Amino acid sequence: MIQLSGVTKIYPNGVRALNDVSLRIRKGEFIFLVGPSGAGKTTLMKLLYREEFPTKGQIIFGGKSLVRMRPREIPYLRRSIGMIFQDFRLLPQKTVYENVAFALEVIGASKREIRRAVPAVLEMVGLSDKAGVFPAHLSGGEQQRVCVARAIVNNPVLIIADEPTGNLDPETSWELMKLLDDINLHGTTIIMATHAWDIVNHMKKRVVELVDGRIVRDEEKGVYRHEA
Amino acid sequence: MRLSTIAYYFREAFYSVLRNSWLSVASIGVVAVSLLILGSSLLVVMNANKIAENLESSVEISVFLQDETTPEDIKELEAALRSLPEVAELKFVSKQEALKEMQENFGEQGDILEGLEEKNPLPDTFRIKTQTVEQVVPLARELAAYPRVDQVRYGQGVVEKLLDLSRWVRTAGLVTMVLLAIAAVFLIATTIRLSVFARRKEIGIMKFLGATNWFVRFPFLLEGMFLGLAGALLAVVAVYYGYQSLVKNIQVSLPFMQLVTDHSLLVPMLEGLLVLGLALGALGSLISLRKFLNA
Repeated sequence: MIQLSGVTKIYPNGVRALNDVSLRIRKGEFIFLVGPSGAGKTTLMKLLYREEFPTKGQIIFGGKSLVRMRPREIPYLRRSIGMIFQDFRLLPQKTVYENVAFALEVIGASKREIRRAVPAVLEMVGLSDKAGVFPAHLSGGEQQRVCVARAIVNNPVLIIADEPTGNLDPETSWELMKLLDDINLHGTTIIMATHAWDIVNHMKKRVVELVDGRIVRDEEKGVYRHEA
Repeated sequence: MRLSTIAYYFREAFYSVLRNSWLSVASIGVVAVSLLILGSSLLVVMNANKIAENLESSVEISVFLQDETTPEDIKELEAALRSLPEVAELKFVSKQEALKEMQENFGEQGDILEGLEEKNPLPDTFRIKTQTVEQVVPLARELAAYPRVDQVRYGQGVVEKLLDLSRWVRTAGLVTMVLLAIAAVFLIATTIRLSVFARRKEIGIMKFLGATNWFVRFPFLLEGMFLGLAGALLAVVAVYYGYQSLVKNIQVSLPFMQLVTDHSLLVPMLEGLLVLGLALGALGSLISLRKFLNA
């Protein structure tokens, strides 16, 4: 589904974030992106939703080249990708329901579609009873579940999660992982950057390790780090 | 486009106006003042043109005859004048008639002219209306050379002055209005920039959720257009009611001044002001959006 070939990304300030990276992601996979801070995990994910543009190399997403994609096509690419961030990025002045509905509003969905889809995903993430609550009155785990609901509400083919458990305690992290695993089982591809070694080790998914902008390891049913 | 999306645009634009209420008021004010000046100078120009037209149609040539002109000479001259093709109307005013006319013009103060009947200083006069206004000047020159003609006068200078004034008002009004319009556009651009800045986090979220650039921009465009339209509306109301009360006052104090009251002339002008306000607002927001919302 996604193919990166010889991708290099050098930022305008000269930082070489990715160096000749090639990676193939198949539909329905669950991939952990691991490695030290600054290894290029976030850059790699930004390239996938065209927040950044590769300096060299080619990226094919669903049969389309992201390198040759025109700016006005970018919104439609992003509608097929759900995004989850460490810092949630919820709108504080909107309720849980409105935050999730917002994802549909901005792509021009009808009121009826919104009324049908939003309660369903809130049910799925277990927040039906918090629909009218503002994000500030939710726990971290609940806020992250709102983000998950927002990410999946328009049925994306890919979910990109950048350290989604970074602000959560271990127990809530596990609940979130169960939720993501569930979504993955329904066929959605998931790429998740993380430092949570216990989660990676326990879930036995494909692990791609980046160090200094290069892929140093790529294994199925991998673990966080091989002890020397 | 869906109705709910349109409703969303308007809702967001409305909240933005309220959020930056002071800057919004300032933008509306500048638009209002610049369009007020434009509207007023347009009215002055319209009226000056109308008065000039009226004057042109009433321009006469007065041919003053020499003092010792005999009735025979006058008859001869009258026949000569009548034969000229340019002459549309010809009227002879004798010394006595001229004095009577003047006394009437003075009204209650007419008695200061008493006693002048004995030694009337006013000359016998021919009053001539030409077929067209353009003929006034050449004909007047020609008549000055006729025998027994003392002096030839015509009102052409007044007409020219009035047209000059109208041209001057038009230019001054246009320059002022252009300067103020530029100020209005930039003030609106600033307001929109603040709006964008206040909502940069929301805009970022919209973008990763897959909103198109136009979806993000439209509420801001609408906000700018609203500011422009609101300013224009104020200007139109002020121009309309201000002008109406002016017309009423002038009709009482200067009844011979005929002002433009024709709605088929006034309404298109007021509509034009509204459209212009809308355009200024749209231009202001587009300037801001080009800078701050590029892909």
